[in-house]
Amino acid sequence: MATRYEQVMARKGEIMKAALGMDYARFERSPIAFDYEGMMSAHGYTLEQIRSIQRAAGVGLTPLLELRNLTDLVRSYAEPGHGARIFVKDEAANMAGSFKDRRASMSIHVAAEKGYAGVIAATSGNYGAAVASQAARAGLKCIICQETFDSRHVGQPEIVEKSRICEAFGAEVVQMTVGPELFFHMLELLDETGYLSASLYSPFGVSGIESLGAELAEEMIALTGAPPTHVVVTHAGGGNTTGTARGLERMGARDTVVVSASVDLSGLHMASDADFNRKSFTTGHTGFGVPFATWPDRADVPRNAARSLRYMDRYLTVTQGEVFYVTEALSKLEGLERGPSGNTAMAAAMSLARELPTEATVVVQETEYTGAGKHHWSQLAFARAQGIEVRAGDPADNAPGKTIVIPERPEQIRARDIDLTRLRRSYIRNALQHAPAGYDPTPEDVVFLAEDTNTTPSAVEEIIAELRAR
Amino acid sequence: MTDLIRCSVGNWVEVQYVLLSAEDRASGIPEDTAAQPLRAWVKGFALGSAMIGDELSVETMSGRVVRGHLSEIEPGYTHTFGSPPAEIVGIGRDLRTRVSAYRAKAGE
Repeated sequence: MATRYEQVMARKGEIMKAALGMDYARFERSPIAFDYEGMMSAHGYTLEQIRSIQRAAGVGLTPLLELRNLTDLVRSYAEPGHGARIFVKDEAANMAGSFKDRRASMSIHVAAEKGYAGVIAATSGNYGAAVASQAARAGLKCIICQETFDSRHVGQPEIVEKSRICEAFGAEVVQMTVGPELFFHMLELLDETGYLSASLYSPFGVSGIESLGAELAEEMIALTGAPPTHVVVTHAGGGNTTGTARGLERMGARDTVVVSASVDLSGLHMASDADFNRKSFTTGHTGFGVPFATWPDRADVPRNAARSLRYMDRYLTVTQGEVFYVTEALSKLEGLERGPSGNTAMAAAMSLARELPTEATVVVQETEYTGAGKHHWSQLAFARAQGIEVRAGDPADNAPGKTIVIPERPEQIRARDIDLTRLRRSYIRNALQHAPAGYDPTPEDVVFLAEDTNTTPSAVEEIIAELRAR
Repeated sequence: MTDLIRCSVGNWVEVQYVLLSAEDRASGIPEDTAAQPLRAWVKGFALGSAMIGDELSVETMSGRVVRGHLSEIEPGYTHTFGSPPAEIVGIGRDLRTRVSAYRAKAGE
């Protein structure tokens, strides 16, 4: 007999169709390809309309700040003529404390417009706070499903804080133990309530981030006379990279280099009960960043609107210790006390700025709120309590789940490149594996794969031939 | 956070329940996770009187009625900022000194 889990999962298609507020089937072109731009524009909102919806929702128009002290710090150890100007878009100034308000405002707008009584989202991150806050403003009910505890009922302090803020905004928070069946329970709740699934990965949610890219391009033009030469984006599920890059493109900032950045958590299993509390970052890390880049359609929607490989020009990783160091530096040098996860891109930006000439401009496109639990001090205290070694030294000695090394000097902060060719190959392998056995990619599929991985059709054909030869 | 052990109707409480027993969990999850039931906690207004550990129904903020075992009465939040880590406290002092020294030299 089928278990309750199996029974619910068997009804996934039917439940999601009612809960998604749109029909994804009409964008499918083949077992591999789909009409991405068609899906992205199906909601019918222009960028101007999105910005106007967000202004009415109290979202966006956050300050763009130049970090002169941090810039001079980098210049103090960069080679002569090097040390780019560093800027930050202070997204923590949004109502619920992060750029996720931009996504949530669009999900809630769609939910209200389509007459849903409430929304449900599965998230342990800032998105839950954003959905809860926007739902409160719109008078909608809100349920947030959170992976909060390990089997001992010990909660990561960052996630426990996220439970608190969601409840502060009037959401019902279902706190769960570790496991991918979070999705199964979300389906049960969608079925029970008839609410909208406010997925992080819907076209309207990801389109909501385009305003961030557009704003920062406009603000940099006003401030420096040109769009930024580089934008650094904290990368997890891919929405931040995708939406920001699309917004930059819409403003004509086609030469801006888009750099994604994640905290290196390699070696830790995201669904492991024992590993769950051995990480100090619950998002912005490679545990999401790499799998979502190489197979975006693992998300809770039939086709993910966040497709980061389309947009990233570089992908950097930094260590947990480097991000904690930079979080403290930002607070003490710039008077900007912000959450560590959002400072992942800041750590990468310090390393990147050092490589670049002084006339280059690097924009870190987000910050997030901080507070009890969601603070680098509390994360370090928690890590120690879980038996993780915390010490000062060379961050190259960092070992996820075992040792957090806090740099002794800023010149020790060195972001590392992830090879994008390897990620593209991995994506294409996944796309072939998800097609029916024996399916031969058509020329249209090859063009789609090239677009989806930001490479050429001939490069895709080479990779396919290489994978087939194995 | 209170030491109450009995709740009354209308109290703000938390209940705990099992969503999936260990044998009903998804296949393909890591062994350590698969060995445990999938548990959940939710807060709401008590629909009856109960002792800690007793079965109880609550009405949540979304208006759902959820049945579980009473795990806490007037649940609060106890997460903190922690204490200053020794590896962190000197960073601000050191970096301010470096920036000042750089500017003094650049201005020479």
